[in-house]
Amino acid sequence: MPIMTVIYALLLYGAAAVFVLGVSYRVITYARTPAPLKIPTMPAPVTRTGVAFRVAREVALFESLFKSSKWTWIFAVMFHLGLLLEVVRHLRYFIQPIWFWVVLVQPFGVYGGMVMVVGLLGLLGRRLLIARVRYISQPSDYLMLLLLLGIGLSGLAIKFLDHTDIVSLKAFVLGLLYFDWQPLPDSPLLLAHLSMVAALLIVFPFSKLLHAPGVFFSPTRNQVDDARERRHLAPWAAQLEGAGDEV
Amino acid sequence: MAKVDFKVPAVGEYLEIPDLQPGVMAKSAPFKAAPRHQQALGFPGELVENWEERAVAKLAELLSKYRSLRVHLDACVKCGSCADKCQYFLGTGDPKNMPVARQDLLRSIYRRHFTLAGKLFPRLVGARDLDASVLEEWYSYFHQCSQCRRCSVFCPYGIDTAEISMAAREILDEIGVGQKYCNEILGKVHTIGNNLGLPAPALANTLEGLEEDVKEDTGVDVRFPLDVQGAEVLLIPPSADFFAEPHIDGLIGYAKVFHQAGISWTLSSYASEAANFALFIGNYEQMRKVALRIRKAAIDLKVKRIVVGECGHAWRVAYSFWNTLAGPFDFLDPRYPVPQHIIEFTHELIERGAIKLDKEANDHMRVTFHDSCNVARATRMGARPGGQFVLPREVIKASCNHFFDMAPETIGEKTFCCGGGGGLLTDELLELRVKGALPRMQALREVQKEHGVTHMAAICAICKSQFSMVLPYYEFPMETIVSVHQLVSNAIQLGTNS
Repeated sequence: MPIMTVIYALLLYGAAAVFVLGVSYRVITYARTPAPLKIPTMPAPVTRTGVAFRVAREVALFESLFKSSKWTWIFAVMFHLGLLLEVVRHLRYFIQPIWFWVVLVQPFGVYGGMVMVVGLLGLLGRRLLIARVRYISQPSDYLMLLLLLGIGLSGLAIKFLDHTDIVSLKAFVLGLLYFDWQPLPDSPLLLAHLSMVAALLIVFPFSKLLHAPGVFFSPTRNQVDDARERRHLAPWAAQLEGAGDEV
Repeated sequence: MAKVDFKVPAVGEYLEIPDLQPGVMAKSAPFKAAPRHQQALGFPGELVENWEERAVAKLAELLSKYRSLRVHLDACVKCGSCADKCQYFLGTGDPKNMPVARQDLLRSIYRRHFTLAGKLFPRLVGARDLDASVLEEWYSYFHQCSQCRRCSVFCPYGIDTAEISMAAREILDEIGVGQKYCNEILGKVHTIGNNLGLPAPALANTLEGLEEDVKEDTGVDVRFPLDVQGAEVLLIPPSADFFAEPHIDGLIGYAKVFHQAGISWTLSSYASEAANFALFIGNYEQMRKVALRIRKAAIDLKVKRIVVGECGHAWRVAYSFWNTLAGPFDFLDPRYPVPQHIIEFTHELIERGAIKLDKEANDHMRVTFHDSCNVARATRMGARPGGQFVLPREVIKASCNHFFDMAPETIGEKTFCCGGGGGLLTDELLELRVKGALPRMQALREVQKEHGVTHMAAICAICKSQFSMVLPYYEFPMETIVSVHQLVSNAIQLGTNS
């Protein structure tokens, strides 16, 4: 087995493990931390179904961002939608036979990569050019965009400049899944692409990428407006009751 | 107009996003609480010796108690969506008044102590150690946030700077650096029952005076009952309604509505305050203690309903938190929501024709309405979402012929804070308050030009006090600000159906 195959197999296993365990840990922490007070940003839905739609609109349409800044919204949608298309397109490496709808997505998937890169360049441009956004940016904010740009550009380069043997690549990926390792095609661009994807998975649970699970747990968005109808009491707050109360 | 040592921002044709002026508001800070104000609330009297440790420990405690804090500190991607939404940034240009930058004052410490990235690579992720300069920044800039939640409307993750600034103020109290204005007032509520420190005999006296005034004015015996057992409704107004202008005209309006509807009501000398400044310092236990006074008053007076007067943050605490803090209110009449807003109360009476209003009585006014931040973004009125915008406007329109809304991006859920909310309504913060009022003044100027608007109605004691103070700086008459129930008071036809 080539040494590169071993290194990348271990790297990708490690990255996937960090991602899954790290994000799970965060999600469990969020879920277990009580929200003692009703703080939905009003007007808020008065039913659970309504709240599900509100969160869904936030996740799928970036509703609040749309209210704020149309340019940021456009770039953010381009990036996220492009990334989503690409992720779906990449499913073909993980499944055999390939699902019908994944086949359907393939021709659009390529554009997803391009749209994603344009969106990222737009977001980077904003960060560099608008004084307010520059002021609030940390080095990690730029690095994150560069990492994602690197993933997008290396992916596009593999597609258009230096086509990799994707049959062997698929054999490698399936080999990882079924613990039956196959050699990784020897392409510098592919190695760069995979390294950056691994890096993204590893930093995910320790960085602002936690906005992805976070949006589902934000009390201002996921609480029902029913404070008068239903008594809402956190366990730690319930313990205050009775002790020394005058009434 | 008082002499000022700062420049009042110019009101242009449009509200412009200012250029960044780093540090321009760094000197703004409210007076610190004296040891006796602190100790009365169980906080250390002065800065404790191991304050760095205590602050980090308090942050850890808050992180375990408040999901909002934990998620909101993690989720920010620094997109800048909120950056141009805060009235204090728009009015001052100080970049630390951008909501995200304000959050980062605390987030930087959170990252240093509670995240792997911040422990390993502090500079990369903007993490920093807690030192005296951070403490000074916290005290200054977390008292330049009115906790109005406007930023949270625009945040893709619903990050609420109010939650962060409340946590920061709670940490500050914990290490002995409290704010005088809020903490001194909380002491008064706990001992006397209202923010003003107005004792029961003085309150009774004030109410008697009001009865005489209204009698003289209208010839009708409108009562202002105090501590009447068995009344139908316990009214909890902000105590500013007892003496301040234009608040008191609102109180007279409530009394006339009760009188005309023939519904018995009472005030309580034990709980004569709707305001709950514990919200501003983020302290659950203090907030609960203030809320419990009202529960006790309602039980002692054997009332069937509780109605809250015109006060923005008070309505937030009442609507969103009372059931949690001081519920369940199963001893009240279950046919009515607990609590009700006086606007809901009056609106319902108007709808079923129980009170009659003569709009022409307000024909000398062309009125607009300032949505108070807490009412708009933290509460509801009526049965449907957004009722907090509809009901007050319907009450105003039922009371006057000439109503005009301000620009849509400055009202409703996007309303600007008056500039004095969140515990900032204190004289030493005047510069901040004047500058923070800029976006509202801008919107008011537009409707003044376009529609000849002469008056701005509000349903919040803080808004009313703040505008009375800052309107003259922008060359509006102080009397421009009116209570919504002042309009009702002018228009109500006493003695027509009782």
